[in-house]
Amino acid sequence: MTQFHYEERKEVVILLMTILLGLVAGAIFMLMTGHDPAAGYEFLFRGGLMSLERIGNTVATAVPLIFTGLSVAFAFKTGLFNIGAAGQLLIGGFCAVAVGLTVELAKPLLLIVMILIALISGGLWAAIPGWFKARFNVHEVVSTIMMNWIAYWLVYYLVPAYFKGAFETESRNIPAAASLRTEGLSQLFDGSYINLGTFLALAAVLFSVFILQRTTLGFELKAVGFNRYAAECAGINAGRSIVLSMVIAGALAGLGGMTLYCGYATNLQIGILPSQGIDGIAVALLGANSPWGVLAAALFFGLLYSGKGFMNAMTSIPPEIADTIIATIIYFAATSVLIEKGIERVRKSQKGGS
Amino acid sequence: MWQILQQISPYAIAFTIPLLITAIGGLYSERSGVVNIGLEGLMVIGSFAAAITVTVFQPVLSSQALWLGLLAAMLAGAAFSLLHAFASISLQANQVISGTAINMIAGALTVFIARNLTGSGNIQISPFTRFDIPGLSEIPVIGKMLFVSTYATTWLVLLIFIVAYFVLYKTVYGLRLRACGEHPQAVASAGVNVQWVRYTAVAISGACAGLGGAIILTTYSGEFNGSVFGLGFLALAALIFGQWKPLGILGAAFFFGFASTLATSAQAIPALAQIPGVVLKTFPYIVTLLVLVIFSKTSQAPRTAGEPFEQGKR
Repeated sequence: MTQFHYEERKEVVILLMTILLGLVAGAIFMLMTGHDPAAGYEFLFRGGLMSLERIGNTVATAVPLIFTGLSVAFAFKTGLFNIGAAGQLLIGGFCAVAVGLTVELAKPLLLIVMILIALISGGLWAAIPGWFKARFNVHEVVSTIMMNWIAYWLVYYLVPAYFKGAFETESRNIPAAASLRTEGLSQLFDGSYINLGTFLALAAVLFSVFILQRTTLGFELKAVGFNRYAAECAGINAGRSIVLSMVIAGALAGLGGMTLYCGYATNLQIGILPSQGIDGIAVALLGANSPWGVLAAALFFGLLYSGKGFMNAMTSIPPEIADTIIATIIYFAATSVLIEKGIERVRKSQKGGS
Repeated sequence: MWQILQQISPYAIAFTIPLLITAIGGLYSERSGVVNIGLEGLMVIGSFAAAITVTVFQPVLSSQALWLGLLAAMLAGAAFSLLHAFASISLQANQVISGTAINMIAGALTVFIARNLTGSGNIQISPFTRFDIPGLSEIPVIGKMLFVSTYATTWLVLLIFIVAYFVLYKTVYGLRLRACGEHPQAVASAGVNVQWVRYTAVAISGACAGLGGAIILTTYSGEFNGSVFGLGFLALAALIFGQWKPLGILGAAFFFGFASTLATSAQAIPALAQIPGVVLKTFPYIVTLLVLVIFSKTSQAPRTAGEPFEQGKR
């Protein structure tokens, strides 16, 4: 029992070390380009936290990341690497926007319909690579990348054709009835764009915890992830588990798309593959693929992303430093064996000394 | 149809060449047993290194600076790929995660530095000029397709392709490299250093991807902006489409090149203008998916690609 406790504590220490190393690397990059890292970090964190409005914006930035992070983490539990979260998010978000712009219903009902549509469309979009993997052994990394680009071009042509807004590159603004933003929440946070997506994200975290830890389905998904053949021997239908895992991952990312385009933003921009897809991988990795870890990691990344504009305005440090720090953290997470060895060495020398 | 092919051919070839050289890089890495999903990021690194080098040296060296830029791109790509090699070979980390980290670092760090240098994060250069090959371009039919308004880099890449083919199949190093991807323990028991072979293979893939990124910059793009538009991932798809074989990759890269160019130039071609743009744009990706469905059951993938090598494991 104490051994287990030690292992868990070690994991947390390693995670904190990776974040610290990432921040140190960011400071070195700032120094190398002739900026003051202390001022940089001060304005970066103040930009994300210094007022109620900015805290609200940080949470709103984190919400889509929670969804894509959960999406990647869920697939990872079944041994699948879901690089397709960007495409699933785009399709789910697009379908939600399409419903929001065409269907006229009272607010709560319309939002529920949009949520269902986002879940279903994202899930179906991910079911295709899932089925290809289960049935034809097509590697999901390549097939989800292909699905990303198909989603990109589909939305690229469908938005201007049916939902063209003020500019050629964006959809019409969604009506208030289809927006996740509510007056009450916005006023509570001094006009921030925090929205109902926050509660959806919390629900998604709880849902993931419940499925993974309390249901037979979750057990089967994890068993397939540990060893597909052993799971099959034990009578688990591995193919079905793979497809189901992808469907859930896609549904999560799809709902994330709705929180992005109908909550964080007010319309859908075409011509960009949403960066939340790749960032979801980073979030899942930093969160050790656990739903609560994903929540914490997404909030941390949301803080960096929402603070970088303020930092850029106050110090002339390019905002890409935030992305650089996140990327460096991921590399340190990938090479965390080194940190682990370092910790072991320190522990041994302490033992030897006493 | 033939006329259309002739018209778009120079553009299609210009699009294909960076894809081809990057996929060849991927081939070396994966045949040695290391999955390199970081090709996209390594291309960005190459593009960035070339942009900086060309900007610095163009005033003094004029057009020679472009060649220096290509060389710098290869070195930078190789150096940066060592990060991936270190994580996946020495530390036995998850290669897909390490590759993803490479992609993210490359995209963010290069724009971060570029913004410090130019303010906007974009770097513009004056690219190579196209030229007709005297004599050969007079050949009926294929002359117009292959030898009219070509870039010098096209011939460089085709030369590298031949050399890469020769090295992979006709040299001791190539045999060892391929064996490392199939059964590294056997290679180790023959007294070869598996880790060293894999390190060199990843470095080669970095150099090739860097060159690919630099070629995009110095031919049809002319501007660094921190992205290579998903071409690195497309190169990975070409590698799998080509079933991890050089000639297959050549065919796959040219297929992608012509399909994409057809899609972008469809507006100007009456025969294709009626086909909806979305069909043309998604066509290469849908075909790739279908090809993967057909070939994946009998996949020729290197057997240990993605698995770290452990000395004691059998």
